[in-house]
Amino acid sequence: MLEKALSGSRRYWTLVLVLLGLAGAGVLAWFKQYSYGLGVTGLSRDVTWGFYISQFTFLVGVAASAVMIVIPYYLHHYKKFGRIVILGEFLAVSAVTMCLLFIFADMGQPMRMMNIFLHPTPNSVMFWDAMVLGGYLMLNIVIGWTTLHAEKKEVAPPSWVKPLIYLSIPWAISIHTVTAFLYAGLPGRHFWLSAIMAARFLASAFSGGPALLIILALLVRKYTKFDPGEEQIRSVAKIVAYAMAANVFFLGLEFFTAFYSNIPGHMNSFIYLFAGLEGHGKLVPLMWTSAVLAVVSLALLIPPQTRNRLDVLLVACIAVFISLWIDKGFGLVIGGFIPNPMEHITEYWPTATELTITIGIYAIGFLVLTVLYKVAVSVKEEKEPPVKLPAGAKQEA
Amino acid sequence: MKINRRDFIRMAGITAVAGLTGAGTIARLKGNSLEAADYTPPAEALKAKHWGMVIDVSKIATPEDYQRMMDACHIPHNVPGFDNPKDEIKWIWADTYEHTFPGMEHPYMNPEFKEKNFLVLCNHCEKPACVRVCPTKATFKRADGIVVMDYHRCIGCRFCMAACPFGARSFNWRDPRPFINEAAMNREYPTRTKGVVEKCTFCVERLEKGEIPLCVEKSNGAIVFGDLEDPDSEIRNILASTYTIRRKPELGTGPSIYYVIGGGGHVRESA
Repeated sequence: MLEKALSGSRRYWTLVLVLLGLAGAGVLAWFKQYSYGLGVTGLSRDVTWGFYISQFTFLVGVAASAVMIVIPYYLHHYKKFGRIVILGEFLAVSAVTMCLLFIFADMGQPMRMMNIFLHPTPNSVMFWDAMVLGGYLMLNIVIGWTTLHAEKKEVAPPSWVKPLIYLSIPWAISIHTVTAFLYAGLPGRHFWLSAIMAARFLASAFSGGPALLIILALLVRKYTKFDPGEEQIRSVAKIVAYAMAANVFFLGLEFFTAFYSNIPGHMNSFIYLFAGLEGHGKLVPLMWTSAVLAVVSLALLIPPQTRNRLDVLLVACIAVFISLWIDKGFGLVIGGFIPNPMEHITEYWPTATELTITIGIYAIGFLVLTVLYKVAVSVKEEKEPPVKLPAGAKQEA
Repeated sequence: MKINRRDFIRMAGITAVAGLTGAGTIARLKGNSLEAADYTPPAEALKAKHWGMVIDVSKIATPEDYQRMMDACHIPHNVPGFDNPKDEIKWIWADTYEHTFPGMEHPYMNPEFKEKNFLVLCNHCEKPACVRVCPTKATFKRADGIVVMDYHRCIGCRFCMAACPFGARSFNWRDPRPFINEAAMNREYPTRTKGVVEKCTFCVERLEKGEIPLCVEKSNGAIVFGDLEDPDSEIRNILASTYTIRRKPELGTGPSIYYVIGGGGHVRESA
């Protein structure tokens, strides 16, 4: 099936080349980081994890969100999701690939990475995170590829895939739970030391991931002959609405506990993020952007009149995605380090090299996604006549 | 069974990945890997069941006192001197009361204590959070309670730095060697490489030779080092007779460093 990725329109190849170019720039920047050390980043003794680890955390959520399509389709036999389940699975493959690359980029001694397996340490959450992420990647590659191959051959998928699909459901929950445990079990980091951390992670994952899926589905619908289907997109939109509401509610719980208890350690990071602490407030504008976008997205997602309009839905999903990306891809990780354990404030901002590497990794992820979606869409286009062509869309593969 | 080329490559690939990571990991989980802590000390070494320290801050008065102890540690251990806080590496340093014991300060404190500096270093915790989170056992607790690092195993993930509630750990953000004073460099002690974490080791290399840690030696009696498990030791005597506090005891990590704040009178004049 991979041959389907080798023939495409001019637009497809342009996209591939642009992504390859960005990936190349990222690799070059990584070599600079490799020779100089992680000092090329904005990280310091006080803020030891930054952009790489927060992107990793955010993308684990995107990967886990595939389960929100898999559950209705395979457990509730909501057959209409058959059209988009492959998009969710391949999105997970791309997201986990980026997660692993971000971890690699964050290592001080990347060539020793295999020490995690050479000296396995079950009391370290990071060991389990490596295990569940690797497993989840394999599961989604095998499941996605096998079911798509069966669809191409117009046969039922082999029976051994079913148990793997069922396994992938708790596995998806596990990847984000274990990732939350990286943070939630650390003494002395009050901002992360919260029992609701894993639940918050899952809620934000199950809104941000499906929101991205809707954006991608609308793109696929616009630029290819394959239509994921309006009803399918509207069903995913309901999932986004519920999960986003839960996410905002959970964040509210954190605020209540911190500020009603009035314990300084619990309040400090929130104050730093949303108001600035002792004159330091680099993240304040970003965090308010995230908060405002969260409210706007809920206002658009909750009423069916706005949610069911695909153009409004696209705006709402972009708002959800940006809001959660700021919240988790920036505030959550960096906020936990400020103030530091001795209550000093050292701020953090990514450097140009760090951003170039980050963009490079995203480019590799989107390249994987583009190739996998190209294969999936080509198979689907062969099997199904175009349901509907929106005005202005070009007929090319 | 007929097998075509594509299936063969696919199966070979899956088997290789599973074999390299899965099976290899399981085999090592069973315990046939060499523990970094496997080691028998020589006969002349100082031994204890649980090394600990009492720091009498009333005996450390001037900035020169702090500097003397910091230099006594940093120079022989080849700790690089960076002039910017971003790359900073430190094993032992000084900070004020409100930063050493956050949450315990109050506005009406004796200004002498409020402005005084307190010596801080790795607490060599009984239940070290850094050891719990390390994914490679590169940081581990020895049988005598000292928490140390294997610089050759550390992958530089900095999970230990996120876990340590005392900010005791430093990371080599760049090659430290050009920032070690060439003239003062200790050829007997290893330098570190970029990309690994480091911290105070309670001078394990000196305990080996029957010597006490350098900061203790240069403290003029302000620091007492000893075995917390030995009820007859001097350190236990001080702890039993003087009011002492630890940093963030509520977190349950069990720091092995105790502070005498007001001057106990029990800490002897010279160590």
